[in-house]
Amino acid sequence: MKAIHNLIQSIKPHFEEGGKLSRFWVVFDSLETFAFTPGHVTHSGAHIRDGIDLKRTMFLVIVAMIPCLLFGMWNIGHQYHLSLGQTSDLLANVLVGAWKVIPLIVVSYGVGLGIEFIFAGMRGHSINEGYLVSGMLIPLIMPVDVPLWMVALAVAFAVVVAKEVFGGTGMNILNVALTARAFLFFAYPKQLSGEIWIHDVAASKAGGMLVDGYTGATALGHLAGTVGTAADQASAATMSLFADGGMFSLSNCFLGLIPGSVGETSALACLIGAAVLIWTGIGSWRVIASFLAGGLVMGFLFNLIGANAYMTISPIHQVVMGGFMFGMVFMATDPVSAAQTDTGKLWYGFFGGLFSIMIRVFNPAYPEGVMMAILFMNVMAPLIDHYVIEANIKRREKRLAAATA
Amino acid sequence: MSKTLRIKKGVDIRLTGEPALTCGNAPNPKVVAVQPTDFPGVTPKLAVKEGTQVQAGEALFYDKTYTAVMFASPVSGTVKEVVRGAKRRILAVVVEADGTDNAKDFGAWNGGDRDALVAHMAAGGAFATMRQRPFDVVANPADTPRAIYVSGFDSAPLAVDTGVATEGRMDDLQRGIDALGVLAGQGGVHVGTRAGDNTLAGLNGCTTTSFSGPHPAGNVGVQIHHTAPINKGEVIWTMGLQDVINLGAFLRTGRYTADRVVALGGSEMNDPRHIRTVAGIKLSDLGVQANAGARVISGSVLTGTSAGAEGYLGAFATQVVALPEGHDPKFLLTEGWLSPGLNKFSMSRAYPTWLMPKSKQYTLDTNQNGEDRAFVVSGQYEAVFPFDIFPVHLIKSIMVNDIDAMEKLGIYEVAPEDFALCEFVCTSKIPVQSIIRDGLDALKVELG
Repeated sequence: MKAIHNLIQSIKPHFEEGGKLSRFWVVFDSLETFAFTPGHVTHSGAHIRDGIDLKRTMFLVIVAMIPCLLFGMWNIGHQYHLSLGQTSDLLANVLVGAWKVIPLIVVSYGVGLGIEFIFAGMRGHSINEGYLVSGMLIPLIMPVDVPLWMVALAVAFAVVVAKEVFGGTGMNILNVALTARAFLFFAYPKQLSGEIWIHDVAASKAGGMLVDGYTGATALGHLAGTVGTAADQASAATMSLFADGGMFSLSNCFLGLIPGSVGETSALACLIGAAVLIWTGIGSWRVIASFLAGGLVMGFLFNLIGANAYMTISPIHQVVMGGFMFGMVFMATDPVSAAQTDTGKLWYGFFGGLFSIMIRVFNPAYPEGVMMAILFMNVMAPLIDHYVIEANIKRREKRLAAATA
Repeated sequence: MSKTLRIKKGVDIRLTGEPALTCGNAPNPKVVAVQPTDFPGVTPKLAVKEGTQVQAGEALFYDKTYTAVMFASPVSGTVKEVVRGAKRRILAVVVEADGTDNAKDFGAWNGGDRDALVAHMAAGGAFATMRQRPFDVVANPADTPRAIYVSGFDSAPLAVDTGVATEGRMDDLQRGIDALGVLAGQGGVHVGTRAGDNTLAGLNGCTTTSFSGPHPAGNVGVQIHHTAPINKGEVIWTMGLQDVINLGAFLRTGRYTADRVVALGGSEMNDPRHIRTVAGIKLSDLGVQANAGARVISGSVLTGTSAGAEGYLGAFATQVVALPEGHDPKFLLTEGWLSPGLNKFSMSRAYPTWLMPKSKQYTLDTNQNGEDRAFVVSGQYEAVFPFDIFPVHLIKSIMVNDIDAMEKLGIYEVAPEDFALCEFVCTSKIPVQSIIRDGLDALKVELG
């Protein structure tokens, strides 16, 4: 460690002003501060400071995502082999998953951090840690067979348009990772609604190797197909998939043994992540709890209405399907784009959960309602905070009026 | 039986090197400085020149606006130096003590009306330690405050003990409180005490409220907020407990008194204890023995100034703390952001130390523990800020210099010290206290 320190110090002059490599100062600086928390001492105000910094914060979010990542990798292989009717072991599953996921991660971090470096260099500030989390979130919310060039494009769009134009980490209005996902959704609707949720499902189908009943669609995709049709034979067939023993049974959805985006399928893995975030205090329990409550309430209301088959799905089943849990734990809790006041967080989360279920049921064109709901609430968050703060201001004015009366 | 209020938000940072509850007398001061920078809002006008002989209690400088408010020399001696900084701003007036106890006699106070008392205190230097809110500046003697608040305890880490500080001086404290009662408007005098501590229970002529809970429960701003918050247009005066005692002594004897019981503490402080001395003493004369390379702070670790062993005890400081400097870079795996962090203190539970008992003491250094960043994490400040005020939004309104928003968001109630814990816990290492000071200054200029 002393040796590393000496090595860094010995090459430092090359990157400092006037050195040969001074244009790469940002790269050097971020690597140096990555390895060593700088010896900056406090110069004004409090002489001692809390041990936490942004690197630790972001690192803990990554830790919380690990269960989703690992399970997602395994599940890609699992779904692939299921679709072919083959049995497989743990290693084979993980290898297929790794083959799909590692390139996604490399592209996401490569493109994203590359752009961050360019902007940091242009602006002359050090690299912020925000993209460490976004860069891991993006692969986890991608369809399994999404082309890598699309991912690269989505990442570039999200980092530049959602984040850097607003001033970088801490300044963005929309969640960066969700913006990447939304970009793909709207820019390439055809490809994204295609057969990309199970590895190689299109090729398997063409080769006639696909097991009967496999369409490669997600749970929400199946359900979206029932909307607008009466409770007839077709929707009954779909609904049977969601009954006990069906492909999308409650336990399969909860454990995540279903096709979907890379890291979103397992509600259990998401809940482990939630436990980590709440336990460390990094994620807001207010957002997570109220988001869940919002989703359950909407699911319950739909049960009461029961106008079509989709509405009859139980609230619990609704919240463990699709990206609801993943969005709730990792997207809605993004402190920059969420509401910032404690009261605001409750409203923000509640309506986020409510709209997630509402959108997916009302509008089959947007099977994944959680993405739209959270982006919408990102935009609404400042408004929510505004009203919370206005209430505080009113309280103060009332106090003044009482004092002067 | 006084009312007890529980402050829920905040945190007690337990540091190693707690001062023992013993109190000796410091050696007689050889050099003393009065630093105008300790008195926010004051533009000093010198009353002496280098070489002037002064008695204890004689004015060294006075305020340009409130010309009656004198800032007195704590000792008898010769003005050795007027230290100036950029733009010839006066940083300190240094007096070399002659070792005698010659003191200007202002005459014992035998009662009189409010105006006479204000004039008496101002002339004798005893008004200089009166602060006002809003703006957290030296009070305007022409105002009549709604109430006067005195915090009877200090909840900051390694703080001075109320029992030690008031020992043998309860009579002067009562005399001081009585005088404040003459000065205060209809709201009277309020003393905040620590729940369970009866040291100040016998005080008369004031409303005592006891507070339980973590720091900043001892901050006078918190105590005001939880008893009768300051509205726009109101003025509250505040005075430190030991300054009230000194006021009482001044009124009794007619001699300016700047006694201080100071807590010496911190991991780098040898023999942490309490010591009795005078405000403004040179720290090396105080007998402070800190380890080499340590940072010596006049005041608390959260709000004090880095004085160095050759610096002086600040006018309002009741502690001297020595902490290790944190110049060494911290390798990510052993001490940095990926380390287990078994010796790191954090409000955030990001390090496992939050599982330790609350009484565990930490040796913290002055490393910033991270780089400067934009606001990212929310809800952190609120957890240590016991006001019905949105701290981050107030700070942002100051950053964009929006006077109207600052007023609406409640800037009248706060002082930089109330935000010290926000600054401590901040993930993004934002210099919160200096931002608040800027905001208060900007507002004061705006309102004239």
